[in-house]
Order: sequence, then structure tokens, then C-alpha cells
Amino acid sequence: MSPLEALFRRELALAWGRGGGPLFACAFYIGLATLLPLAEGPSPQKLAAVATGAAFAALALSSLLSLERLFERDFEDGALDLLSLGRPGLELVSAAKCAAQWLANGAPLAVLAPVVAIALGAPASSAGLTFATALAAGVGFAFTGGIGAALALGAKRGGVLVAAIVLPLFCPPVVFGAGAVSALVLGLDWRTGLLLLCAYSLTAAALAPFAMAAACRNALE
Amino acid sequence: MMSGFAAFLANPARFMAVSRWLAPVLGLVAALLLGAGLWMAMGVPDDYQQGSTIRILFIHVPAATTGMFVYASLGVASFIGLVFRHALADAAAKAAAPLGAAFTALALVTGSLWGRPMWGAWWVWDARLTSMLVLFLLYLGYMALHAALDDEAKAARAAAILALVGSVNLPIIYFSVYWWNSLHQGDTIISGKLAPAYGAPLLFMWGGYMALFGALWLVRIRAEVWRRRAGARAMARALA
Repeated sequence: MSPLEALFRRELALAWGRGGGPLFACAFYIGLATLLPLAEGPSPQKLAAVATGAAFAALALSSLLSLERLFERDFEDGALDLLSLGRPGLELVSAAKCAAQWLANGAPLAVLAPVVAIALGAPASSAGLTFATALAAGVGFAFTGGIGAALALGAKRGGVLVAAIVLPLFCPPVVFGAGAVSALVLGLDWRTGLLLLCAYSLTAAALAPFAMAAACRNALE
Repeated sequence: MMSGFAAFLANPARFMAVSRWLAPVLGLVAALLLGAGLWMAMGVPDDYQQGSTIRILFIHVPAATTGMFVYASLGVASFIGLVFRHALADAAAKAAAPLGAAFTALALVTGSLWGRPMWGAWWVWDARLTSMLVLFLLYLGYMALHAALDDEAKAARAAAILALVGSVNLPIIYFSVYWWNSLHQGDTIISGKLAPAYGAPLLFMWGGYMALFGALWLVRIRAEVWRRRAGARAMARALA
């Protein structure tokens, strides 16, 4: 087993197993989705008009939850020091961490996304695309979110800081993802949005590891 | 020439010597240009559609462009600070962020004041407003990160990484927001549709804003340098 594979399995096991795993993010997502009708009123027409958008905005917020622990835990117990000495380098280490974050947290949220959207009144025909865009956006959330998590290492009140840093970077995937789904609902061309979303997520996956590695080295110095 | 000037100023002692007279000179230029620009702005004829609210444009448009220009300056200073580990560049980046946030906030507020009579709403979720708001959030994130880390050098480098990430992302955010929606009136200045009577005061205001940013930036960098020197001296005294 290669070192990266071992690391990926370790990250996945930590993300799934410790303290409830993706359960927190999913509970938070459902909680957010419940607040919307409570705030807006139960009228189906009103809710249906914002269903896909609200589902996507809540998805972005739920993706923030577990970011704080992505590097912080390893930073505190010294594991990040060891990882920085290993042969794969911090770039690949952070990429593996983000990939595991996506699989452990992003994928369960993506399964939940069409459920939330339909519960709020989105048409059932949009379920497939909602899942696909949520899954693709999850890659972007995990990798750009990882930048925030790495930058906040050693800061006071890291969790709030990560949110403040990362939310502006979450704008493009939310625009493209929710845009694609609403285009489908309106009978317009939805492929452009999906392709742009995938482009953003892949670019983030390619470039973010360098920023994360630089941020980790800065914190470890 | 620009890079030669930057290299010349990279020496902290030389920077302090030059900025000592350059800052007040720029301040004076800013006052003159802004005064002349405002005077001319009051004299322009009303717009056939917008009436006298057209005058907000002279405060709003240069604020928006300056807010974006400051982010570019922040990115360049962060890059120099990160790659060459230059202390003065770190100070310059740190000093630029609140100024950029202020210019962006001014653009948002004046845009909102203009939107009320023109669009009938204080805030409209259109592409330009939203992307300016995101720019403002990027500034806030930068300042929050810088403030949250205790170690000065680490804070500077972490913030510089964030500024570079933001510079890569800013065009994408702009594009995404434009793709999303556009209700804001299109560009009239570069495409040459702006009435000539409005061009001159706008140009003056533009120059005034840039000079004002230059003056305030220099003052803030100087303050940062003094603050560090005072800190170093207090540390030396405590250790003695």
C-alpha cells in the first residue's frame, strides 16, 4: 500500500468514524432546510420558487462544518509535522485530505441535496442533476475550503475564521451549480452551468494543494 | 520604470525618506483634484434620464475602480512579500487592505443611495453590486485572518497566501456573477457612450481618488514601520 493510499484511508476513517462523522453536517443541512419554511411560511408556491437555490446555499454552509478539523487536529498533535517530512510532500498530503473530506462529507451531503430540494418543492425531475451538481460542487467546496482550513492553523477561533475566509470563494460553485439546476427546471440549457461548475472544481483541485501546502509550512515553521 | 522605482523604494531607509515628502504632496494633489472635480461635477447639466442623481456617479464610479485597483496592489505587494520575504512589502499589503475595504464600502453605499431613486430599491442583486460585495467580503476575510494570528511574520505570510488565492479567484467570481445576472447598466465609459460633459469631472475625480489612495497608503505604511520600530525598541528595553 502506497503512503498516499494509507493516508487517504486514515483520513477517511477519521472523517467517517470520529464523533459522528458526516452525521453532523447532514443534521445541520436538514436543520437549515427546516428553518426556511419556518421563516418563510408553508406556502408551496413560495417555497418552490426558491427550493433549488435554498438547497444549494444550505449545502454550501453545511460543507463548512467539518473544515476546521481538516488540518487542526494533525497540527495540534504533531502529525502534520511528520506528514511534512514524508516523501509525498505536503501538496499531495493536502490533496488526499481534501479528497477524503469530499468523499466522507461532500458525498453524503450530495445524496441529501435532492431530498432537501424536493422537500422544499423542487420538481422530482431535477433530482438527478441536483445530485450531480452537488457532488461536483463538493469537490470545489472541499478544496477551496481546505485553503481556509490550512490558513487558519494556529489562529484563535479558527472555525469562524475559516467561514469568513472561505465563503467568498464558495460563490462561483453556488452560482454555477444552482444555475444549472434552475436552468433545467425552466427548460433552458443546463449543460453550460454544469460544465463551468466542473471546470471550477477541477481547477480548485489542481491549484488549491499548492496554497494549502504553503499555508501548512507557514504554520509549522 | 515602475519596477525600478519600486526597487528604489524597497530600501526601508530610502522609503521613509521619500515617503516623508511624497505622502503630503500626494495628499495635496488629491485635495486639489477632488476639489476641482467636485466643483465641476456640481456644474454639469442634469442627465435626461437620471436627473441630478447623475452627480453620485462622480463619487461612485472612481470609488469602485479604486476599490478594485487596491486589491491589485494588495496582490502585488503580497506576492513580493511572499516570494522575496520583504518586510516592507508585508507592511504595504497590510496597510492597503482597510483602504481597499473603505473604497469598496463607499462604492456600495453610494450605489445604494443612487439605486433608491433610480431603481426604486436600496439594494438590487445585480452582477456589479454583488461582485463588489464579494470583493468587500474578501477584504474582510483578509483583515480577519491577519488579525487572528499572533505571530506578525506568520500572519503576514498567511494573509499574503489568501490575497493571492483571492486574486486568482476574483476574475472567476466576477465572471460567475456576470453569468448569473446583469441588471446594472452596461459600461458606458470605455465604450465611449458617456456624454463628453461628464468625462472631465470624472477624470478629475478619478485622479483625485488614486492620489488619495497613494497618500493614505504611504501614511499607513509609515505608521506600520514606526509601530514595528517602537515594538522592537520596547522589546530591546525589556530584555536589557
